[in-house]
Amino acid sequence: MKRGSFWSWLWVIIGTLYFLLPLISTFDFSLRAKKGELSFLAYTRVFTDPNFWATMRFSLLIALFTIFLSIVLIAPTAYWIRLRLPKLRGIVEFISMLPYVIPAIVWVFGAIRTFSGTPFFLTNTLFGTYVLLTTGYVVLSLPFVYRSIDVGLAAIDVKSLTEAAQSLGAGWGTILFKVIFPNLKVAILSSSFLTLAIVIGEYTIASFLVGIKAYGPYMSMIGQNKTYESSSLAIISFLLTWAFMGVIQLLTRGKTSGSSMAGAR
Amino acid sequence: MSKNNSFLTDQKRDARKARPSSNSWRKWIGVVPFFIFALLFILLPSVNILAGAFRTNAGRFTLANFAGLFEPSILSAYWVTIKISLTTALVGGLLGFLMAYSVTVGKLPKAVRNMLMTFSGVASNFAGVPLAFAFIATLGRTGLITLILKNVLKLNLYALGFNLYSFWGLSLTYLFFQFPLMVLIITPALDGLKKEWSEAAENLGATRSLYWRKVALPILTPSILGAIILLFGNSFGAYATAYSLTGGFINLITIVVGSQIKGDILYNPGLGYALAVGMVIVMAVMMAIYYYLRRKSERWLPR
Amino acid sequence: MAFLTLKNVSKVFGNTTAVEDFNLEVEKGEFVSFLGPSGCGKTTTLRMIAGFELPTSGIITLDGEDITYKSPNQRNVGMVFQSYALFPNLTIGQNIGFGLQVRKMPKEEMEKRIDEMLSIVHLEAHKNKYPHQLSGGQQQRIALARALAINPRVLLLDEPLSALDAKIRVELRLEIRRIQQEMGITTIYVTHDQEEALLISDRIVVMSQGLIEQVGTPDKIYNYPSNEFVAQFVGQLNLLPITDVDLENGKCLLAGQEVRFEHTPGRIISESPRLAIRPEELQIGTGEGRNALKGRVESALFLGAVVRLRVDIGGVFLSADFFNERSRTLPHSGDEVVISFPEYSCWVM
Repeated sequence: MKRGSFWSWLWVIIGTLYFLLPLISTFDFSLRAKKGELSFLAYTRVFTDPNFWATMRFSLLIALFTIFLSIVLIAPTAYWIRLRLPKLRGIVEFISMLPYVIPAIVWVFGAIRTFSGTPFFLTNTLFGTYVLLTTGYVVLSLPFVYRSIDVGLAAIDVKSLTEAAQSLGAGWGTILFKVIFPNLKVAILSSSFLTLAIVIGEYTIASFLVGIKAYGPYMSMIGQNKTYESSSLAIISFLLTWAFMGVIQLLTRGKTSGSSMAGAR
Repeated sequence: MSKNNSFLTDQKRDARKARPSSNSWRKWIGVVPFFIFALLFILLPSVNILAGAFRTNAGRFTLANFAGLFEPSILSAYWVTIKISLTTALVGGLLGFLMAYSVTVGKLPKAVRNMLMTFSGVASNFAGVPLAFAFIATLGRTGLITLILKNVLKLNLYALGFNLYSFWGLSLTYLFFQFPLMVLIITPALDGLKKEWSEAAENLGATRSLYWRKVALPILTPSILGAIILLFGNSFGAYATAYSLTGGFINLITIVVGSQIKGDILYNPGLGYALAVGMVIVMAVMMAIYYYLRRKSERWLPR
Repeated sequence: MAFLTLKNVSKVFGNTTAVEDFNLEVEKGEFVSFLGPSGCGKTTTLRMIAGFELPTSGIITLDGEDITYKSPNQRNVGMVFQSYALFPNLTIGQNIGFGLQVRKMPKEEMEKRIDEMLSIVHLEAHKNKYPHQLSGGQQQRIALARALAINPRVLLLDEPLSALDAKIRVELRLEIRRIQQEMGITTIYVTHDQEEALLISDRIVVMSQGLIEQVGTPDKIYNYPSNEFVAQFVGQLNLLPITDVDLENGKCLLAGQEVRFEHTPGRIISESPRLAIRPEELQIGTGEGRNALKGRVESALFLGAVVRLRVDIGGVFLSADFFNERSRTLPHSGDEVVISFPEYSCWVM
């Protein structure tokens, strides 16, 4: 057989251009902060802006809490469902798909209306809003974290592994942390990095709950008054996403797991 | 012999007793945190929105909030959002499918496939604020492509009526993450097409196009439907990209809900709830259509 | 001219030669098996007949017509794949009707043909089921029915039974042969299972590393293998080192004991000659005939119908099969035995 026809090449080239042109344009734009010459001035300005680092740190921290919370919440549940409660599989799968039906903007609307008043008063304190933000991200990442872990569990024979460990005298703690979780390493890590990639630049939920404390709203604010810096921020975000995706690809060795579906736009 | 037997059953009974979870409340303990979380942070906000949509400011039952949805500006916000979502889901779906086809069935070199998968992974997750910035730098009034078209090809996009901050501009921007997502979802499905199927069809005298119509596409239909619905939802719920791109000056339903949260314009809490419920209804209807079509298209799948 | 001919057919993939100078003539209605280990080129040859691979050189003709470069969907040959390759989205009936629909057969006639094919493979009750609802053996029968429905000029089967359970395999190979003979269809059957090939074929083509090793009827292949590869690949064979070979008088020494053999003139003898004899030709304990070797039982394997002995003849090991008999006690390891065989049952290579 021939190696690829004219049409095959054409579609791939169109897609590649669609991907590359905005990047090239943005990069080009980000170099034009100094009139008449190309420079990295926009980048220096961004990197010397303390707010850049502060918001980045904030979003990173929130992302780490999100990852921790969602793994702790989802991994044991998915494991337990497979081991003992297969009846609940349908309902848990349904719940994990709900965030697709409830757009982020709707969630944040409902969350603010629900948790700002009695009996929760979460938005009255800073800590409370951080908690709400984190739970929002856990909801946002629920579909792909659950799927990724469930696919990972499907790949190992949970029942036999558990029974083997039990017959060797292991307790539940040992079984979970020494047997099951190590075998889920790839699933957990790859969904963690995807969560990281999504949470770091997330705008919708962050802008309503914490405003420019977070990196997403910070970028948005820069975009409103500083043209060149916004382009350099876009490039930086792009490189970050690329790095996280690269780690995922290394982890999964190119196998497409369920963890490709992303979060808020 | 019988003695031996009873000894065995005794042991079995003991083993059952010793099992940590069988048929007791303890069996449920492993899933309780998850359900509490889901109840609190998914179900409660949803129920709250739903309840709010049927309440007046004074707390009485009303349907007036839903009547508000039929105001022309709000109807058009829904309509434009649905139109953008359908357009980008279908165009992105088609483009993504063709590209995935090229690197799987189309037998392009493995390196091209790897490159495509990598950039699809990145691009499908590159959205929101930075994506808006990138497209402003590309197709905005002073964007690189706009300028090149104007200066080199003497093609003034903006004079021709193009506007990045309009329906088509937003669609082009959304497509940046839509078609790569399609590539990611549909490539494994295309890999699942067995070579023997096309050979068997060919052997029985079928042309390639007949094979695609009768065998390959019907087999792919459930995956394609699933991908399209995902792409639709992806656009439908998009807020950050649209907001950063247009500064909130495009009449999308997400933007309208956003301004309701902020209490900017026509502040009316009841209407805000109804708007949000409306969005969930649109997604639920899409899901229902999806499940119906899917059920119809996969009768042949093992259950 | 034969019905199906392959003349000097070769196929090169990159820098490996998959099939080299393949020549074969198949008569109408004949059942020919391609037998060989995996990677010997048998499937590639079959795929060239089907049109899925194009020969690097050579000519393939079918019924007098040159089909070497004809596209697969114009050849009207039926193919059955190892993985069944039923279309999962179509019912059994639609699968069988696929080729007929392509040929624009009128609906009524088509239904009749589908029913006819279903009755040939005894699966009338499954017409409206989907492939996944059938067992592997049933699916392969449907695949066979689908290939036969179009009235192909040649039926090609690519290891059709190797994905199936042993029991189904035995059942289905007889059925394939029955259907083939009923319909009188020219058939090429690719397999790596020598038992299957011996049982089912009119003629066998033994292949190895892209080359034909021998072509012949099953009994010719088994009883008169033309070289060591064929002898070893088809059936079991003892190859015993011998010395002092006297071709003229048909004599040699095996571990110091004299053995007589019938020499076929023209047979090529290698530099380190060996005596070839099949395990089932050996007898135990009789001492009749001229060849009788003294040895000691090293191990005795009881396989049910057959007992397989491994006998140590002065440092040379050979295996001997004989039928189990209820009244006879089994030999034990360490027993002294005499192994005998007539001189016409062995040969030197």
